[in-house]
Amino acid sequence: MIRESIPDKLLKLSFYLILTLFSVYCLLPIVAVVSSSFSTESSILRDGYTLFPVEFSLEAYKLIFQDQTIYKAYGVTIFITAAGTALSMIFTSAMAYAISVKTVKYRNAIAFYAYFTMLFHGGLVANYLLISKYLGMKNSIWVLIIPGLISAWNMFLLRNFFASIDESLAESAKMDGANDAYILMRIILPVSLPALATVGLFYALGYWNKWFDALLYISDPDKFPLQYLIQRIMNNLDYVNQIAADVSIPNFIPPAITVRLATTMVTIGPIVLLYPFLQRYFVKGLMVGAVKG
Amino acid sequence: MSGTVMKQPELLQKKLSGQQRGVLGAFFHELIRNKFLYVLALPGIVWFFIFCYVPMGGIVIAFQDFKAVKGITGSPFVGLKNFEFFFHSKDWLLIVRNTVLLNVLFIAFGTLASVAIAVMVTELGSPWFKMISQSVMIFPHFLSWTVVAMFMTAFVATEGGFINQLLGMIGVQPVAFLSSPQYWPAILVLLKIWHGAGFGAIIYMAAIAGINPDIYESASIDGATRWQKIRFITLPLLKPTVILLTILAVGGIFNGDFGLIYAIIGRNPALYPTTDVIDTYVFRALMDLGDMGMSAAVGFLQSFIGFILVLTVNYIAKKTAPESAIF
Repeated sequence: MIRESIPDKLLKLSFYLILTLFSVYCLLPIVAVVSSSFSTESSILRDGYTLFPVEFSLEAYKLIFQDQTIYKAYGVTIFITAAGTALSMIFTSAMAYAISVKTVKYRNAIAFYAYFTMLFHGGLVANYLLISKYLGMKNSIWVLIIPGLISAWNMFLLRNFFASIDESLAESAKMDGANDAYILMRIILPVSLPALATVGLFYALGYWNKWFDALLYISDPDKFPLQYLIQRIMNNLDYVNQIAADVSIPNFIPPAITVRLATTMVTIGPIVLLYPFLQRYFVKGLMVGAVKG
Repeated sequence: MSGTVMKQPELLQKKLSGQQRGVLGAFFHELIRNKFLYVLALPGIVWFFIFCYVPMGGIVIAFQDFKAVKGITGSPFVGLKNFEFFFHSKDWLLIVRNTVLLNVLFIAFGTLASVAIAVMVTELGSPWFKMISQSVMIFPHFLSWTVVAMFMTAFVATEGGFINQLLGMIGVQPVAFLSSPQYWPAILVLLKIWHGAGFGAIIYMAAIAGINPDIYESASIDGATRWQKIRFITLPLLKPTVILLTILAVGGIFNGDFGLIYAIIGRNPALYPTTDVIDTYVFRALMDLGDMGMSAAVGFLQSFIGFILVLTVNYIAKKTAPESAIF
């Protein structure tokens, strides 16, 4: 090991410093919102937003959990995340595997067929018409799943991963009399777990964070997903007033700011919990897929 | 995409069978030979057809006086009238400028930040620092723009917002950010870096991990400093990845980051002068005015220009740095 020179050490030190600062920058807004959501409305109005709650209060959380709205939105989001991710993974990995096998003659043609959609698309209007007018999917919960079932980008990520698996693995199984289905289920998928976990996480996050499709196609409040609920809360006070109406305290002024922030926190909760467990997997999976690209 | 190298007899046999059966016969022969795999690909092929290729046909709306009751087949054609209508509105120059400018800023600063983070993280020795900082930097990417928008209110509020509290400490008068368009390009860039730079760094880290360690070793033996190694080995070897990702990003330069801008700016006309982009404009034209024809015309232009841009940039890349070209 060569001893590090002073300029090298200084450079390294500055890297630590910059990355620490950037990490603080990434974390600060989250800490700020968490703390504000646990503050009383009056302290925010008086002192402004702070990094630590000045007057600790659970009022906002109590209010939102009294109301049905958040539970319904949670139900919608959990359903589209679970069902959507499962379906997306089936569709995506099936197609990705088919075009990763080198004996498939038309694999490049099919790959281009999918790739072209990343370059050129029909635009918002055509999609909107197709989905709302011709497929009649307006206000159906499936409109949050089916039109976004496959992401070409994710499909290629998986294709690259499958293609990077040593061919001899499948070949020797074939010699032993295994058919294509057996090879896929028993050999390819098990060794692809990091990549599948990565892509699965991408899809899950995509579904969890979905709001624009809801903005376009969903007008039934019972079918609002969480993120769209936040979007609505931010743009009008109906939600806060509606909750307040359910609370029978005379002259009760709803804490509009903290209720909004608390609702936001509640929607990101599960990601915060899942993230540390999945992080390791997906960095690895994404790296493998990217290198082979 | 690499072609398969076939062994001679196999190739010959293939040729023969192709000739005997004719083109169609060979096609079906191939389908049957790999039937399981084609069946696997089929749902995906059908999905892409319905949700990506069918809407491409909807582009004809751009040339029609579209009426929902008459549908695509019944609406009369009006030539380029929808395009004229858009270009005659006084907003078009502004929103095209905003779209391109914001995207160029996003691409430039986003790439810069991601590359810098990737280089710095890989240079660090401490594994726990690496892990913690990486987790923290990637995390914002998992928050939806609507959540981020909610965060923003805590930051840019004139009364009690963080930025104004900080400004107050150094004795600066509070700034009404929500009615001051001039600050928003910078705010949006900072937000974009906050949201995506750490995540974007992963791909560059993968590229750095793929660099042959022998190169660094021999540079060390020659007495290169850490900085020299970064400057003369890491950065040049990252160039193809940077170019490749930039080509991909350039294709979307006429597509505003709708999620970001609609969620953060919403419908705040005071900020339109610097933040209204093609997508938000089209969205409003569609939802508020129900102007399908013009919306489709603008959408078509976006897609078409993006497509031409990707082909052009890719062509240039192929001439200058062949390893970065996409096709």
